[in-house]
Amino acid sequence: MSYYLRGSSGVLLLIALAAIAFFAALAAGWSRDVAYMVHALIFMTVAAGLFVWTLRSLPVGGGPVLPPEAPTGYMDGPVRAGVIATAFWGVVGFLVGTFIAFQLAFPALNIEWAQPYANFGRLRPLHTSAVIFAFGGNALIATSFYVVQRTCAARLWGGPTAWFVFWGYQMFIVLAATGYLLGATQSKEYAEPEWYVDIWLTIVWLSYLAVFFGTILRRRERHIYVANWFYLAFIVTIAMLHVVNNLSLPVSIFGSKSVQVFAGVQDAMTQWWYGHNAVGFFLTAGFLGMMYYFVPKQAGRPIYSYKLSIIHFWALIFLYIWAGPHHLHYTALPDWAATLGMVFSIILWMPSWGGMINGLMTLQGAWDKIRTDPIIRMFVASLAFYGMSTFEGPMMSIRAVNSLSHYTDWTIGHVHSGALGWNGLITFGALYFLTPKLWGRREMYSVPAINAHFWLATVGIVLYAASMWVSGIMEGLMWREVDPNGFLVNSFADTVDAKFPMYVVRALGGALYLAGGVLMVWNMWMTIREPRTAAIATPAE
Amino acid sequence: METYSFLRQLADSWVLLVLTLIFLGVVAWAFRPGSRGMHNDAAAVPFRHDDAQLPRHNDPRTKGDGND
Repeated sequence: MSYYLRGSSGVLLLIALAAIAFFAALAAGWSRDVAYMVHALIFMTVAAGLFVWTLRSLPVGGGPVLPPEAPTGYMDGPVRAGVIATAFWGVVGFLVGTFIAFQLAFPALNIEWAQPYANFGRLRPLHTSAVIFAFGGNALIATSFYVVQRTCAARLWGGPTAWFVFWGYQMFIVLAATGYLLGATQSKEYAEPEWYVDIWLTIVWLSYLAVFFGTILRRRERHIYVANWFYLAFIVTIAMLHVVNNLSLPVSIFGSKSVQVFAGVQDAMTQWWYGHNAVGFFLTAGFLGMMYYFVPKQAGRPIYSYKLSIIHFWALIFLYIWAGPHHLHYTALPDWAATLGMVFSIILWMPSWGGMINGLMTLQGAWDKIRTDPIIRMFVASLAFYGMSTFEGPMMSIRAVNSLSHYTDWTIGHVHSGALGWNGLITFGALYFLTPKLWGRREMYSVPAINAHFWLATVGIVLYAASMWVSGIMEGLMWREVDPNGFLVNSFADTVDAKFPMYVVRALGGALYLAGGVLMVWNMWMTIREPRTAAIATPAE
Repeated sequence: METYSFLRQLADSWVLLVLTLIFLGVVAWAFRPGSRGMHNDAAAVPFRHDDAQLPRHNDPRTKGDGND
């Protein structure tokens, strides 16, 4: 670190940190609400802590005569930290998810003394943000830093900026999570954090873009490997979506409340343009970047068809951005817009399955690895779930199907078969691939535990998805059931009552998935803590 | 309203046509004659640079030979 604090840069950093701590203290004093005050205090504490840390790492005057050397080789520190953070936030997110699943089955779990902080309404965004942005986001940042270095044969650009991206992103997660519990939300799904958290994330995200793109520009390979295309599309598009969907005016600069710039149906359309592309570019394009690197690596053979991967990429980019309006069938949105969203969602089926086939066929000639290698089995199951949910999604976007499925648990089941199956399993596979490599071990501490994790996760997803199909379709049919005189047969409470058994099964599925995550954390812990003597040096290739 | 109608018509006529042609052009470009060697080379990129020791060539864009 001291290399980067030579000359005046260390002093300038100290001044900046002192200023941030000072103004954060002022903001905490003048705060209009609790969430804002807590966040200002967090900023103040972090800036003050960093001030002390920077002061202690400044190069000592009259110290070593030789100037510190610029670090060389791959920069894997932020990747290691990201791998640990992914596992940690994953278990936290699964735990909150399982708890709120039990809350839905047993409302008494909205414990009286913990109100209003631990009710379903506040814990639910905590769960979605923890799994998507904390677990998924850390996995994407860590793997993208790993993959871009190895496919460009270049060290991460920007020196300590990669560390800023990692810690800045953790800061965003902490601000978002505490904000939800304290009631600061702008009520936009998957974009709940308030204005100053959005600004902070924008700063972190642009730094991420700079590090990633800077590394690509430094590459020693002529061609940019396709995994990096997907990662770059993910980073650029998320920046655009995040900024546009979060255009809002704060009521006071010392309060967390803000008012959206768009209103009515424009706001709804912007929100679901954002919301569906968060799925398309965060949970699909980014994770496809992982797929295009880790599946070939673990299988030990190049991707089935590089041409297909190029077509997969461009088709996904051209189509996904238009699919958002299918979230707004039968609303104030004009019919042409809803039809447009529906048509593009259905066309999307093609590139999605092209990508799935490309990943699966990479195993051509090595199919036996599905039996012998539990990591490959995770990747294969992940791609299978990708295929299933990208078939289910377009089907549900058709207006007639949507009239049955919308607002029911079917949607929740669909989201989870994609998130738990595709995103979860491919991330677990990548973590099992990366952990031994990053800590210089031959393989994971326990391979049978990977196998057990695979089965816990898969059975958990099957219980989850199946119970939500039953529950959702039942709910949809009950809501539309009319008697011969045209009166609705069921009240809303009747459907809630009828869903109880499915809710219990869903919560049990979540518990199995959580158990798999805990097993993975134990396995990673044992791998990292294993005495180094057990490791073998990486053979020179 | 005037702007809305104009943009709406532009979007589902010329812009739609241009975007479709760009997409078809990209696909055709992927299948151009002579792309196979380059694609095979690109597909092998993940298997070249696992070592922490980065190559130190003078030319930053040298094509890897597949065994370094």
